[in-house]
Amino acid sequence: MINDFKVIDEQYEAGRKALRSYVIGFVLSIILTLIPYFIVVKHLMVNQTAVFAVVGSALVQLLVQVVFFLHLHKKSKPHWNLIVFIFTILIVIILVAGSLWVMYNLNYNMTEVSPFNSNEGYIPE
Amino acid sequence: MSTEILAHHKEHHRSTPKSLFGFWVYIMSDALLFASIFATYAVLRNNTYGGPSAGELFSMPFVLTETLILLASSFTYGLASLYAHHHNSKRKVLAWLLVTFLLGALFLGMEISEFTKLVSEGNGWQRSGFLSAFFTLVGTHGLHVTAGLVWMGGLIIQVLYRGITEATMSKISVLGLFWHFLDIVWIFIFTFVYLIGAI
Repeated sequence: MINDFKVIDEQYEAGRKALRSYVIGFVLSIILTLIPYFIVVKHLMVNQTAVFAVVGSALVQLLVQVVFFLHLHKKSKPHWNLIVFIFTILIVIILVAGSLWVMYNLNYNMTEVSPFNSNEGYIPE
Repeated sequence: MSTEILAHHKEHHRSTPKSLFGFWVYIMSDALLFASIFATYAVLRNNTYGGPSAGELFSMPFVLTETLILLASSFTYGLASLYAHHHNSKRKVLAWLLVTFLLGALFLGMEISEFTKLVSEGNGWQRSGFLSAFFTLVGTHGLHVTAGLVWMGGLIIQVLYRGITEATMSKISVLGLFWHFLDIVWIFIFTFVYLIGAI
């Protein structure tokens, strides 16, 4: 019987912890949504700074949701979830940054009306 | 509530089920799909072909409402999962799943109304490279939300008939991963499409 209560207590304790985690995550996410929103809508910053601030709060919110909603930090012992997650982030960065880099250079090299007489690096046969 | 069931719950918590890890790997591959579409959007976002750009098309308060609705649904799903795992309360699980479902449906409805408005104004996906990329990115997210809603409907029916069992609890966890993931993807759509578009 006493054992019964102990198990139930532990369950409720774990439940309270989980509830706190969701509430913290929710409140932080709302704040991290409203901050960039008002920065953009009220024009609180100049363009370049605003982009950094907005992207920054998105990245912080990603972290908040991964920790407080997905509870990634406390799953499986050898942390396979985490390893897969980090690997994915790596690929995502290579994919997105790589595409932008390549396409930016492509645009840069093709902005002139005729590439045949304006690009120093391009020598037509 | 018997000790046996509770002990079972604890066991369930201690060992991460393989299905949950497998689904996590799927979610990560889905993240790569979204990354490709995000990269496409980033490359094409200035190719408006004389048409409207992101800053001219979207209503910011509308998008903020969408974002907060989806965020709230992510939170209410967390509550449903909480009551399933720690309190074994079927009624509350069903109630929060239903709230999540309605919020998700509301989000989807708003997205569809935005799409219809854009298309009816002649700014469909054929208009420019930017709009093709926009519809692909936001539409793919919308399709995921639709799939999540169908799945959630099935889950609600299962919990209704079978209660909180080992099987339904595992399904609640798995759909939870999916639903929270969709919210995270939306944060990036909100940031890179709508906010940066409006700067």
